[in-house]
Amino acid sequence: MIKKQIRKNDLNFFQRTYITEIFKGLSLTFRKIFQKKFTRQYPEEKWNPPISFRGRPVLVQEKNGTERCVACMLCARVCPALAIEIQADETFEYSKERYPKKFEINMLRCIFCGFCEEVCPEEAIVMSQEFELVFSSQDEAIFGKDKLLIPKEKLQNRLEFLRQYR
Amino acid sequence: MFEVFIESVLKIIIFFTVLISSSAYLVLLERKICAYVQDRIGPNRVGFKGLLQPLADLLKLVTKEDIVPKNANKFIHHLSPIISVAIAFSTMAVIPVGDTIEIFGKEIKLQIADVNIGILYILSLTSISVYGIALSGWSSNNKYSLLGGLRSSAQMISYEISMGLAIIGVVMTAGSLELDEIVKSQAGFKWNIFLQPIGFIVFLVASFAETNRTPFDLPEAEPELVGGYHTEYSGLKFGLFFLAEYTNMIIASAIIVTLYFGGWQIPFGENFISSSVVLSITQIFSFLIKVGLMLFFFILVRWTVPRFRYDQLMNVGWKIMFPLSLLNILITGIFYFLF
Ligand code: SF4
Ligand code: SF4
Repeated sequence: MIKKQIRKNDLNFFQRTYITEIFKGLSLTFRKIFQKKFTRQYPEEKWNPPISFRGRPVLVQEKNGTERCVACMLCARVCPALAIEIQADETFEYSKERYPKKFEINMLRCIFCGFCEEVCPEEAIVMSQEFELVFSSQDEAIFGKDKLLIPKEKLQNRLEFLRQYR
Repeated sequence: MFEVFIESVLKIIIFFTVLISSSAYLVLLERKICAYVQDRIGPNRVGFKGLLQPLADLLKLVTKEDIVPKNANKFIHHLSPIISVAIAFSTMAVIPVGDTIEIFGKEIKLQIADVNIGILYILSLTSISVYGIALSGWSSNNKYSLLGGLRSSAQMISYEISMGLAIIGVVMTAGSLELDEIVKSQAGFKWNIFLQPIGFIVFLVASFAETNRTPFDLPEAEPELVGGYHTEYSGLKFGLFFLAEYTNMIIASAIIVTLYFGGWQIPFGENFISSSVVLSITQIFSFLIKVGLMLFFFILVRWTVPRFRYDQLMNVGWKIMFPLSLLNILITGIFYFLF
């Protein structure tokens, strides 16, 4: 339904003097002062993101200490921000033939879209719950394998969440 | 003679300190109320619950770079914030904050200067304060500043007329131009707000326009004019404009309280409190509380009412406020003629 536009002629005298309307507004703002506030005192009060939250992308680390990733390059290909750089290498350990010698995500470029997680055939890259990313230089913003690898147990929740939709 | 001098200097120092610190805290109050109206908490980090925020603000302003635009008229660019502040503060000189008080056997008037044309003094000073804004707009050599300054002058001049005419009603009821007399004439509950409701509304609206507060803060309308007349100011000079704005607000509230809310009078207070010193002190507090409530109203209006358009502002000024103030004089005149 289209709401009828209110013209000046439709108003009665008191509405036209604005005075009653201004007092209505004032009483609203005055009541607002005593209402509950929604501010979160951030550094003291942390926010616990829901499991569907897309924090920084991390690599899943298996129990034996290696990454799950097989360096198929799909994530680097799909990444819209070109944030992922991978160098593959051969390996004969742990029943896989390729592994990423270098796996870097430039966190200044990453837009947290989650495409890498979606495309990965090995469930090797997932979005974590972490959103506090602070760096003081551009070099620091490039996260290597040392920062990306997170033990599988810690990411169990996210992995289970992903299973529901596959 | 010397005693009078000492007394005045002491009074000036006290008034000045109270005024300058209260305008600093008024900024904090404004930010807090703004936050509360918008369901936020507001500044609460510096000091206990954010009480030292004004100090932090001051520190920030002092350490900022003072930029003077390339083709600005340097002298006037420096002068105009000083004009604004000086005038804002000197208006306080005639406002009585309490009855005559007796300390050490000496009668002291709680008013810096007991001028017998107090109201005229206030009116003339508020008209001069246009210069601070208009000159700052002109000297900045920036179109936005200039437009802000021009708007401000036009606005202040148009509202000054209705303000002056509204005051005439008060002068008619009190029979004096002296502020102290006007306060005394409102003893009991004979406050001018009840005697002069029309005049009060006109004066209130005009004070909003005079202090450049929302809904009449057109000189600094951000969406059209960037910062208005103080676009080109930074650092301490900007701080001075800021200080002047908030001081003007305090002064405007003090004038409204003096003229319409019985000043320092507590209705029938002398019936309950026998000791004269205690009475004087409670009277000062009643003045301060009244001014505080008025300031709260000023701030609440700012966060409630949207800004007027410029033609609406002029319409309200000339087509509504001006006839209303004339009507007020007429009604008051007829009333006094008949009774
Ligand atoms: S989340 Fe998106 S932008 Fe970030 S690395 Fe993955 S694919 Fe690239
Ligand atoms: S898509 Fe998965 S397996 Fe392939 S390179 Fe990226 S993280 Fe490794």
